[in-house]
Parts: sequence; C-alpha cells; structure tokens
Amino acid sequence: MERREFLKIGGAGAAGSVLLGGLGTDWFGSYGDEIKDPGSDGEKIVPSFCELCFWKCGILAHVRNGRVTKITGNPKHPLSRGRLCPRGAGGTGLLYDPDRLQQPLVRVGKRGQQKFEAVSWDTALDEVAEGFEKIRRQHGPEHLALFYHGFGANWMKHLFKAYGSPNISAPSYAQCRGPRDVGFDLTFGSGVGSPENTDMANTRCLVLIGNHLGENMHNTQVQDFSEAIRNRADLIVVDPRFSVAASKARYWLPIRPGSDLALLLAWAHVLVHEGGYDRETVNQHGYGFDAFREHLKSHTPEWAYPRTGIKPAVIRETAALMAGAAPRAIVHPGRHVTWYGDDTQRSRMIALVNALLGSWGRRGGFLVPSQVELADYPMPEIRKNGLQPADRPAASQYPLADTVLAQGLCNATIPGYHDYDLKGWMVYGSNLPTTLPDPRKTYEAIRKLDFLVTIDVLPAEICGWSDVVLPECTYLERCDDLHNPYYKEPYVAVRQKVVEPLHQTKPGWWIARELADRLGLEQFFPWKDSEEYAMERAHGAGLDCETLRRDGVATGVSPPTCVEDGLRPEFWTDSGKIEFYSNRLQQAGFDPMPVYTDHGDPPAGYFRLLFGRTPTHTFGRTTNNRLLSETFKGNEVWLNAETARLRGLKHGEQVYLQNQDGVRSSFSAPLKVTERIRPDAVFLVHGYGRKARELRFAFGRGIDSAELVTQAKVDPIMGGTGMNVNFVAILRAEDVEEVA
Amino acid sequence: MLEQQFGMTVDTRTCVGCAACVIACKTENRLAEGYVRNWITTQTRGRFPELVMTIRSERCNHCRSAACVRACPTGASHYAAGGTVQVTGSKCTGCKACMAACPYDARYVDEQSGTVDKCTFCNHRTSRGMATTACQEVCPTRSIVFGDLNDPDSEISHLLAQRDWYTLKPDAGTRPSHYFLK
Repeated sequence: MERREFLKIGGAGAAGSVLLGGLGTDWFGSYGDEIKDPGSDGEKIVPSFCELCFWKCGILAHVRNGRVTKITGNPKHPLSRGRLCPRGAGGTGLLYDPDRLQQPLVRVGKRGQQKFEAVSWDTALDEVAEGFEKIRRQHGPEHLALFYHGFGANWMKHLFKAYGSPNISAPSYAQCRGPRDVGFDLTFGSGVGSPENTDMANTRCLVLIGNHLGENMHNTQVQDFSEAIRNRADLIVVDPRFSVAASKARYWLPIRPGSDLALLLAWAHVLVHEGGYDRETVNQHGYGFDAFREHLKSHTPEWAYPRTGIKPAVIRETAALMAGAAPRAIVHPGRHVTWYGDDTQRSRMIALVNALLGSWGRRGGFLVPSQVELADYPMPEIRKNGLQPADRPAASQYPLADTVLAQGLCNATIPGYHDYDLKGWMVYGSNLPTTLPDPRKTYEAIRKLDFLVTIDVLPAEICGWSDVVLPECTYLERCDDLHNPYYKEPYVAVRQKVVEPLHQTKPGWWIARELADRLGLEQFFPWKDSEEYAMERAHGAGLDCETLRRDGVATGVSPPTCVEDGLRPEFWTDSGKIEFYSNRLQQAGFDPMPVYTDHGDPPAGYFRLLFGRTPTHTFGRTTNNRLLSETFKGNEVWLNAETARLRGLKHGEQVYLQNQDGVRSSFSAPLKVTERIRPDAVFLVHGYGRKARELRFAFGRGIDSAELVTQAKVDPIMGGTGMNVNFVAILRAEDVEEVA
Repeated sequence: MLEQQFGMTVDTRTCVGCAACVIACKTENRLAEGYVRNWITTQTRGRFPELVMTIRSERCNHCRSAACVRACPTGASHYAAGGTVQVTGSKCTGCKACMAACPYDARYVDEQSGTVDKCTFCNHRTSRGMATTACQEVCPTRSIVFGDLNDPDSEISHLLAQRDWYTLKPDAGTRPSHYFLK
C-alpha cells in the first residue's frame, strides 16, 4: 500500500471520512467522533484452510480490491472454531513476502554456486522431465526420491507413485512425530494421529513432558489447553525450561535432560506398587501385566531421584494427582519427540502410564476419532512394480518403521549405503539442510546427485543447491485436495483459491500434471484441475459441493468417541489388548518393556542444546515473514542466570555457539540470561540463522540450531533421529570476531 | 440506563502470550510494518526453580481519567462514545504531548499520517454493532473479553464480579477500563 490504495478507497466513497480527515482544511473543526474504517473487511470472503503450519485450521480470507487484507478463523471449522494462532492470522505476510520465488530458475555454473537464470515454465518443466527421464532410463525409477512436507505434496506423491519410485519420504516422521505413534501403536494398537486424539478440554489432570503448548501453537490444542486451565484441571509440566505451560502448572518438574523415561517408570511404579492404577482397565484389557509389575519393582521414586533430579515426594504427589483424576487424566504424547534415540520406548512408557490411568477411550483422556470417507477420483490403477526403498541397508534395520525414512534416503545418495544409489531428488516444501540432522552430510549427498529439483514458495537454502527451482504459489492462491482427518468431530474441508497466483508462480497440482504429461503418465492425471478433482471426490462421498464451497467445511456424524458415550474400546494390537509386555518388540530383539538408559551430562564447559518453538513461527518456514516477526524478530540463547553470573556473561551480549564436533554457528545471537532454564542446558528457538541471502529478512538473524545438530542417536526400533544429544560451548562474539 | 462504558479484560491465567492478538490487530487495522497497537508483556519473579510468571496481552487502557486527554493541546485525544479514548486525526498535530503523558506507552506517531495513533477498541467494528474487537475474536485461549462495564449482565461485568483483578499502574490515577484477571 499504502498511499495510493488509500486514496483509491477514499475516492470510491468507501471511507470518505478518512479522506476528509486526512486532507480536510477545517483543521480544528469539530467532526464529532471520527471513526476511521481501516477497510480490512472483505468485499469477498473465501473459506479455505491454513498452511502456515500443518494443523490445517479453517480460515476466512478477506479480499478487497484484489488483495487479501486479513485472515480470520472459520467459526464452522472444527479445528479453528473461529479463532486462529498468530501464524494463521499472519498468512498475508507469506502471500506478500517480497522475497518470494517469482519465476522458474535453472542453475548456471556449478551446483551450490547459487547462480541461476530465470526461464519460462516450459523450459523449466522440460528440464525436470529430462532429468527424471534420464534417471529412469539409465538407472530405473527407484533412483529418484521425493522429500516432502505440507498438504500440497499429495500431487507430487501421486506423481512419484505413477513414475514408479518407492522412495517417498517426509522428515515429519523420523525427525519429529514417528516414535510417538509407534510407541502408542505398540501399546494400544493405534497411534495418536494429527490432530492428536487427546481430550484436553475435559481432562482433570494434564501432564506435559517437554511439550511446550502455548509456545507450540497448534490452534485447537491450545484452545483445549486453555479450557483445561479454565476448568481448573491440575497441570504437571516436565521440562528443563520454565516454559509458558510450566508457568500455568501446579507442578513444574525441571527434569535433568534425557531422564524422562526414569520419571515415567517411577510414576508407573508408584501407581502399580503403591496403589492408584485402574485395576478394572488392566484386568479387562491388559496383556502381560504381571511381567510389567515385576519390571517396575526396582523403579522406585528413590531410584529415579538421582537420575531425574525430581524428589521422591514430588514423584509420589504428582502420581497421586494423576490417579485421583483418572480416567480423566492425560500424559500427553507430545509431538516433536525425536530426542535421545530411545524415543519409541519413552513414548511407549507414556502410553503405558496412560494405560494404568485407564484413560484410553475415555472422556477427558484419549478419544477414538473417526473420519469422513471420501471416494477416490476415478483413474487407472497404478501397478505396483515391487521395487524396494533405499532408506535402509538391510530389511532387518529399524523393523518397526512404518514409512520410508528421510535421513535414510539422504544416506542412500552417498554410494555404499544401499544396494543402489539415489541419483535424483525432488524436494517439495522441505528445507532439508535445516531439517535432517548433520547438514554436512546433507550437503555431501547433494553433491553426489545427478539432478535436484526444488518446489517451494520461498528461496530456502535447499533452492540454492538445486538444478531447477519451481516457484509454487501459496496456499491462498490455489485449490488443493480435500482434507478429511481422523478427528472427534469428523469433517471434510476444502482449500479454495482466494486470489490469483502472484508473479509467475503455479500451483503444485499443475506442476505435477505438466510433469506427468512430459513423462507419459498423463493417464494418472485425468482431471481438469484441482477444483474439479476435489469436487468430484466430495460429490462421490455424497456431499453437497455448493455448501462445501460456501462454508469451507462439511461435518460428519461421529460414532461414540469414548466409553461414556457408548464406545466399546478395541485394541488393534497382536493380542487385541493393551500390551504391557510386547511380544513384537521382544521378537524383533528389543526390550519388551521400556528400560531406562542414561544419556549423560554435558562435558565441562558445555551445555546440552535444546531447541523448540515460539508461538509466531513454524520453524524456518515462517522466519522470513515480516508480519509475524513484529513480535519475535530473532532468537536468543537462553542461559541460566546463576551460570551466566559465574562466567561473567551478560544479558544481551552477542554470542556464538560451538558444538562438541567443533562446528560453530554461522551467526551470533544475543544471550538471554534467565532464571527460566536449568544450569546444564541452553535453549534456542529453531528456524533462525538462515544462510540463504535471498531471504532478505531472515538472513543472518540469530543462530541456527540445526547446524549444531551434527550428532543424532538413531532409534533402533523405527529409525527416529534423536537430536537432543548435542552439547555446545558459548563463545563471546567479541572474542570470535577478534580472531577472525 | 447508564451510558455504555466499554472495557476489556485479559485473563492472565489462560493467556499464553502467543501474540495472535497483535497480528490480528495489525491486519484488521492495516497497520504498516513496524507498528503495533497491542503487545505482550512477560514478567518473571523468583529464582530457579521457584518461579512465577505473568503473561499479559496489553494495549491502550482507555482510561476514564486519561492523562493523554488532559495533555492534548488540540482536543484530538478525547473521550468518545462508549467511554473510550480516541484520537481525531484531523485535530492531531503530532506534538507527542499525549505520548509523554501516557503512563502505558500505548501510543505512537504514524509516520505516514504524522498523527498519533493507538488502539481504538476497534470502534469501527463496535460502531457497526459488532460485539468483538479483532484481538478478542482471534484469541485462541479466549483470554480477551471486550464489553460494556455498565451492563451488569455483560460477560465482562460477570468476570469482574467473580474474579480477582488488577489494573496497570493504579497509582497513576488514570482509572483504566482495561483489567487483568488474576
């Protein structure tokens, strides 16, 4: 804006008083109350769903003079209920980001030199198709991998299946949520999904373990969290940091990092051996409980105390709180849980404490959600070719992984890891150097590639290393597939185009179809456009398309979600019961019941590196969003106040971090000297310290936690990469820069 | 019946300081880059690990005895309908006397217009009969409640009757219409 549009609106008479107020000559005259209409209400309001994170809240996008002025929550959508988190409200900051990719780019010069030439879509797509075709002809389709994140990836996944590659992977599994779902699945026969099936709004006791709700802003979860607080639920927060959630809690347990499993075992010990567990649930639905009881015997609160730093009395009091509230009690499974490499077992132990509380399938505990079923768009079946993914060198590795592992595909690009090497990547909306552990290895893999194409909205680091960069339009400029997640109120939501794509950007569905046409796969893309595709599916499910378009969402009827409503709980485990003892784990060579391992302490002069979120950002995806950065412009290094005093470090001074492998952060960040963290750890909001210069706002702001994660402990059960195993030293910026 | 006296409560028990209110205010009021009309304040007391933290979403307090109104030499800052404090842009010379007088640092000079601006309690919405401000509408924790303090049946009146509350800098004698629930 602002001036030109301002006058235009005034001239159109929509805000005449503004014009008069601004330019009137009656300077000290009386106009009574001059109410300025900022003009943000839409002439047109389009319902859709958000993509600033991956929760997919319903939004209403207001459009005026062809511009999206504001985005509000859709009151009809079960995930937003008319409200949004800051990121959702700040979607225009992405749409109008001046640093957006604007046209297709093709690399000139050597890979990684970051030199590109703007080309037409035809030229770019021809080049991508040629790259794919070459790999298919010379090596076979399995030599091409897709990495993805985000809802729009559905089109690319479909393209890859048609192309014939089994190497399709999202880092949101092995770098984030995977261990949790495997741990719960092993116990209850079902993962927790997204949105998680916790009934926080109705709980009487909520336990959060390293889960910083309120800083991690999944809208509905935080709404339900606030409802729990309003309902005076007892809140127990386990976190080395005094998080926002901890500040709301009845108990904050500032646990020694890495020892959560010991605390969980001790809680279970108290519930089983000192009383309070739900005997009825255990007797009716439990499998292997006697062995579990025996296993817990030695795990007393006194045993846990030296490991966790949590006093036995506090362990007993908090266990009693949970038992008193049960079955309306939740030990929350968390979301980003890849911490120490034994994360599946820790997640399983969380599931088992919930089992002892009898909260699965109970109101105020864990609900059993359902889904509105949708018809597939009619098209020829994609024939399976039997090709195996390259993410694991042997089939016996990570036997319980139920998806392809992203870091495994990265490894398989470096010769010698698997029977065959990956030769090409397509990367959709996933900035791998800040996503996978040890970016040095990611760059090594990238150097080995014959071909790398990136599809993104912003010029992330990965774009600079690509051969072709395809600029996708944002979620506000395209229609996508329908969204019908498992949820307590099942629904179907539609993503609708709010405004025409800016610049020369194109929607993902179009990119996928254009590539399919060039690869001879057009029969798998038989639809006119994404809108026709989505509406055909909705129509096939018996939904009224007009209503769906008007409301942005259609809700279904839910079967009972909890015992209180008539649910008869079923457990899809091998035994058909809640498995306190897991034969599956035992047969695969793992501990059938969780066993504590110590993850050590930082060496002298070092701190454990912990990282997490701030409410206004979805890691690196939003740190260039200038609107969202009004309240959080860059990260800080959190350091305990007493520790800082002993070392003579001052609040606000610029520091670098250097890890145990000698890797130093590329940039510095101010030190946040605070009482809100343990003396043995430092904390960073991740997604900062961006190295892509084209991200003109985010470039060089703060420290990138990902580049310091050069070590990861891989979970042997499912391949999750535990990333909280790195230690850093704090270097004063003035000392570092003097040497340099 | 008494005239309307608009006010706002923020529940500090549920507010997580996510700043959705800040972003929604910015887009609702189409504020240029660099300007905000509301903000988050976090106060931590105590020593590790015995800590207490308060989080507040803050804005203009729409005082009933407003230092800014007294300080304004042109009458631009005034009490308006609903007992709110507003700035008439056409009367404002940008002298900043109000900014110096305001104990809450709630005002700024908009570089484009050269006049002082601040939270209006979304009077462009309420004057059209809407019940909510943009910050209240977006708030995912439902911590923000706007309403008529003179209406004994309003949600805000009920909250103030039922809950312990405080105002900011009561010693300044400004009688804020903005309350914080404990």
